[in-house]
Amino acid sequence: MTGLTSRETSPLVAIRDLAVSFDGVKVLHGIDLAIHRGEAVGLVGESGCGKSVTWLAALGLLPKKATISGSVMLDGGELIGAAPATLDSVRGGRIAMIFQDPASALNPVIKLGRQVGEALALHGGLSGKAIRAEAKRLFDLVGIPDAARRLDAFPHELSGGQNQRVMIAMALAGKPDILVADEPTTALDATIQAQILELLTRIRRETNMALVLISHDLGVISETCDRVCVMYAGRIIETAASEALFAQPLHPYTQGLLAALPPLEGVRRRLVPVEGNVPEPWNLPPGCSFAPRCPRRVEACAMRVPLLAPKTADRRAACIMTPSLAQPQHRPEPVYA
Amino acid sequence: MSSAPLLQVRGVARRYAMRRGLLGRSIDVRAVDGVSLTVEHGRTLGLVGESGSGKSTTGRLALGLEPPDDGDVMFKGAPIPPAGTLAWRQLRARMQMIYQDPLGALDRRLSILEQVREPYDVHGLGEAGERDAMATALLQAVGLRADQGSRYPHELSGGQRQRAVIARALATKPDLLVCDEPVSALDVSIQAQVVNLLVDLQQELGLGLLFISHDLKVIRQVSHRVAVMYLGRIVEEGDADLLLASPAHPYTEALVSASPVPGRRARPRIVLQGDPPNPAARPSGCAFHPRCHAARERCKVESPRLLPLPDGRLTACHVAHDQANFLKAAS
Repeated sequence: MTGLTSRETSPLVAIRDLAVSFDGVKVLHGIDLAIHRGEAVGLVGESGCGKSVTWLAALGLLPKKATISGSVMLDGGELIGAAPATLDSVRGGRIAMIFQDPASALNPVIKLGRQVGEALALHGGLSGKAIRAEAKRLFDLVGIPDAARRLDAFPHELSGGQNQRVMIAMALAGKPDILVADEPTTALDATIQAQILELLTRIRRETNMALVLISHDLGVISETCDRVCVMYAGRIIETAASEALFAQPLHPYTQGLLAALPPLEGVRRRLVPVEGNVPEPWNLPPGCSFAPRCPRRVEACAMRVPLLAPKTADRRAACIMTPSLAQPQHRPEPVYA
Repeated sequence: MSSAPLLQVRGVARRYAMRRGLLGRSIDVRAVDGVSLTVEHGRTLGLVGESGSGKSTTGRLALGLEPPDDGDVMFKGAPIPPAGTLAWRQLRARMQMIYQDPLGALDRRLSILEQVREPYDVHGLGEAGERDAMATALLQAVGLRADQGSRYPHELSGGQRQRAVIARALATKPDLLVCDEPVSALDVSIQAQVVNLLVDLQQELGLGLLFISHDLKVIRQVSHRVAVMYLGRIVEEGDADLLLASPAHPYTEALVSASPVPGRRARPRIVLQGDPPNPAARPSGCAFHPRCHAARERCKVESPRLLPLPDGRLTACHVAHDQANFLKAAS
């Protein structure tokens, strides 16, 4: 597994205790996350869990009223509180980001070639004819048919899926080490979503770029990522290799999310919803934020926030009711009459 | 209860005129092109397709919100009267619609109780003095608390708002609910609550549902039968489990395989090439042939008809029918 070997080398990005507040209301409660070269990490959770805010904060893209604390190290350099000039070269150069709606991320009155060219001039140091040649190469790379002609097209002349390809081409212009894709396929149709996910995976393999995929869709995350972090109410509550997480989720919230999802195969069964609602950030319950909705809660859950503790060799969960499996248990199962 | 199906849509078509550019010639876009479907009492028909496939327009045609250019819609064996007439308004109490965005469907300036009560006032149901109690009972039936009736839409969560919309739709005791992407805007954990609610209400009230969605997993969960639309036409229709477990049409097959599932997938993903075509430039023959892995010469020229396969489902695909005929001849 690539995740384990790469963890021995120093990470590309190391996020330590990252916290964000808006007007005194804490929305992100200390995130620890390391991204290694070439790996695909998924951040999954429901709306408001902080999966997007984490990266917007790391890249200095949050509005001024946001208070940010903690540390985001990129190759040993601190990003939190870094000078605007430093962030300008990091954004798009080292870490690129694409968003859900390509149509609103592109300028409707500027030709696509020029928009990609702008990124190339800024981060690639190219000029003149070299820009157009490189833009065409990128369009070919992301699978835009008839690339040379599409450089002179406007965003409205392309479909949503093709515009998302343009966004990916633009993100690749600075040859980033990490691509953060925030719900990149949520606005797209199922068959187009499959195309874009395949494209992201192919580019990651070919360029050894790390991919951070932010999504609410467990299926999308499962099919694209090596490692998954599940977030709830501003915290990571479980992290594991993708296969292990979906085969055997440990945290009751992760279990609840999977049980709430209708299966596409097998016997139809009644869905098991997670009862109640996600708490508002200004009205978090004491202790574990998930406790009021949790089927396994005990009194101790409300006492203090559970740590994201190791449960097996390579997975962690923030739940005091999840037994630690770090030591293999040799005791035989009790037999009940 | 009459023996006629609850809702019968027969060969409906809907065309829109579209103009390309300022001086361009206006061309007809066939958003819905000869669609027939049936919703039985107490059963759910799932209608699935990608954006632009005409599934929402079909829903609007089914309710008579738009007049069909061709074909007709029968409700309990009688044609739906023209929209806006008194007879249509009376009939509309029997058939209700639920949309994707509950915040857009609710009035922000009215409390939830007032909005759920409104259909009673409009249709003159019950005594005026009892209507608040009737509306409160409805709120409780969809899993809201009585005190939440005094809240305004923005004070409720997305899932609670959709419950309020469902309560209001149920006020007139409809026989048919047309649900257009009713859970697509909701988070997974909340989506399951609303899906379960719709299934429960159907069992209690014997509702017929036309459930429109792009999400195959949700469609499978609620539907007895499923119809798949592509570019304004139904390309496959049949029993929900049969259709999604062993799709016969290559488009259904691609849709099923493109639907992301957590965990290990049982079959390889088919990634379709190209975009869904523009309804204004419909490909010749089978509209799906430019993206189809099984397409033959015949598919480019001859449009396949929606015909039954031996297992009872309907499929509009030359290749699937040729295979079925070959197997029949061989046995």
